[in-house]
Amino acid sequence: MRQAFRAQAILSSKWTKVVVFLLCLTPFLMLIYRALTGNLGINPVETLQHTTGDWTLRFLILTLCITPLRKTLHQPEFIRFRRMLGLFAFFYVCLHFLTYLGPDQSFSLSGMWLDIAKRPFITVGFLAFLLLIPLAVTSTAGWIRRLGGKRWAQLHRLIYAGAILGVVHYDWLVKSNKIRPLAYGAILTVLLIWRVGYFAKTRPQKTAESLPPAPA
Amino acid sequence: MLIKKGSALTYADVTPRSIYLNRRQFLYRVGIVGALATLGSEIRRTILRAETVFAESSFSNLVRSPYSTTEKQSSFNDVSHYNNFYEFGTDKSDPAKNAQKFKTSPWVVSVEGEVKNPRKYSLDDLQKLAPLEERIYRHRCVERWSIVVPWIGYSLSVLLKQFEPTPKAKYVAFQSFFDSAQMPQAKYGGIDFPYVEGLRIDEAMNPLALLCFGMYGNSLPPQDGAPVRLVIPWKYGYKSIKSIVKIRFQEKEPPTTWNRYSSSEYGFYSNVNPNVDHPRWSQARERRLGEIFTRPTVIFNGYGDQVASLYNGMDLKKFH
Repeated sequence: MRQAFRAQAILSSKWTKVVVFLLCLTPFLMLIYRALTGNLGINPVETLQHTTGDWTLRFLILTLCITPLRKTLHQPEFIRFRRMLGLFAFFYVCLHFLTYLGPDQSFSLSGMWLDIAKRPFITVGFLAFLLLIPLAVTSTAGWIRRLGGKRWAQLHRLIYAGAILGVVHYDWLVKSNKIRPLAYGAILTVLLIWRVGYFAKTRPQKTAESLPPAPA
Repeated sequence: MLIKKGSALTYADVTPRSIYLNRRQFLYRVGIVGALATLGSEIRRTILRAETVFAESSFSNLVRSPYSTTEKQSSFNDVSHYNNFYEFGTDKSDPAKNAQKFKTSPWVVSVEGEVKNPRKYSLDDLQKLAPLEERIYRHRCVERWSIVVPWIGYSLSVLLKQFEPTPKAKYVAFQSFFDSAQMPQAKYGGIDFPYVEGLRIDEAMNPLALLCFGMYGNSLPPQDGAPVRLVIPWKYGYKSIKSIVKIRFQEKEPPTTWNRYSSSEYGFYSNVNPNVDHPRWSQARERRLGEIFTRPTVIFNGYGDQVASLYNGMDLKKFH
């Protein structure tokens, strides 16, 4: 009981939020440092693309861990980090997109559209990116109010599709050693199945009005 | 003999040259960075180079080849630290780390199949078949990166002409060395081993097809396919099979590793072709290692004058 109380104190401290923010920024700072010291490897563009892609998937997964953590550990305070983690996923996907639009497509939008239309691996990646844009835009308190909690929550279920498409995008890139994309896929599957189980269990006991506002 | 073995030139003697080459390469690569960056990179590269130890011998009196390109060569460091050699791991940096203890001596290459006079060669015998040439070729990977490498070897046709094929012989099959004890990372590769490749006989006899023993003046580093490999510059990199132990004349089109893994994605011919995309990505452009932006890919990797006639009347999309 005392331990749970302490955990809650840590979770609700404003300093924890600062620390988590800095941790989330670390992969980005590391990339900057590696770029400045010439440590991005033999194919620097590929390193930037792979690293930002990896961190996008990791942050999507971390974002999707929040609700299960809140419920299973009975620590509602975890919610304080969800928006930040989600926005970091969006931050890294934007960098990821720029490393594609710039070095790969030489900032040519026409070339990009052709590539997106024709290449399934690019198509699903771009679709995942598009799905995350409205989520980032409506991440503010103002937008939650404007949309209403229930509609906002429904909209934000798009993260499930975004994460699935992101993992498919990775899987379709890899030639034959599928261990890493499959690992992401496995974690994502567990997180999504947990949700199916949890909401199947809780929904019949509650009316629509009493549902928590943000079951993402 | 033209081949000088075990010369006094040691591995340490080559280092300054490639570091020098790297510096230019490097400036190209990270244009945004100033003096600080150069310093950091130099230190890192020096450490990297010091870590890599493999038995190397140098070649002298190399014949210059008219097939060489004058394009800017990739650095030795790039070509030896960015490899696809799935027997030693699937990350580009894995082979340089994991292949250093690869035992390449003694080495025997067996030539067999539909021939009247099959025989086995030691590496020594094989290297002495013809004067060794330096050929600077473009090399295009199916993954859309490319390099320019000064390879050392002679035309594969020189070896094949030693044999009297039976009338049945239509194709040449190649097989790489495989030993799971020496290559424990191979089990994560996702493809079957030993690695196998193949060419039609007329492709194999084209003078551009190189039987390759070295690069950058020295014998091949293990991660680049020591001690003997093919270099087929007009085809995607995976056709240039590494660490060859068996060459077989045969009637039927031989199975090839990547084709067996996914036939819609990797054809038997695998000619570099910007107009025939990989099902999952475009082949229209490529990134030369060391460069930020991509460049257009040229059909047959720019070797059309020498090889296009091999495919006259063929549907290059169907026979991709």
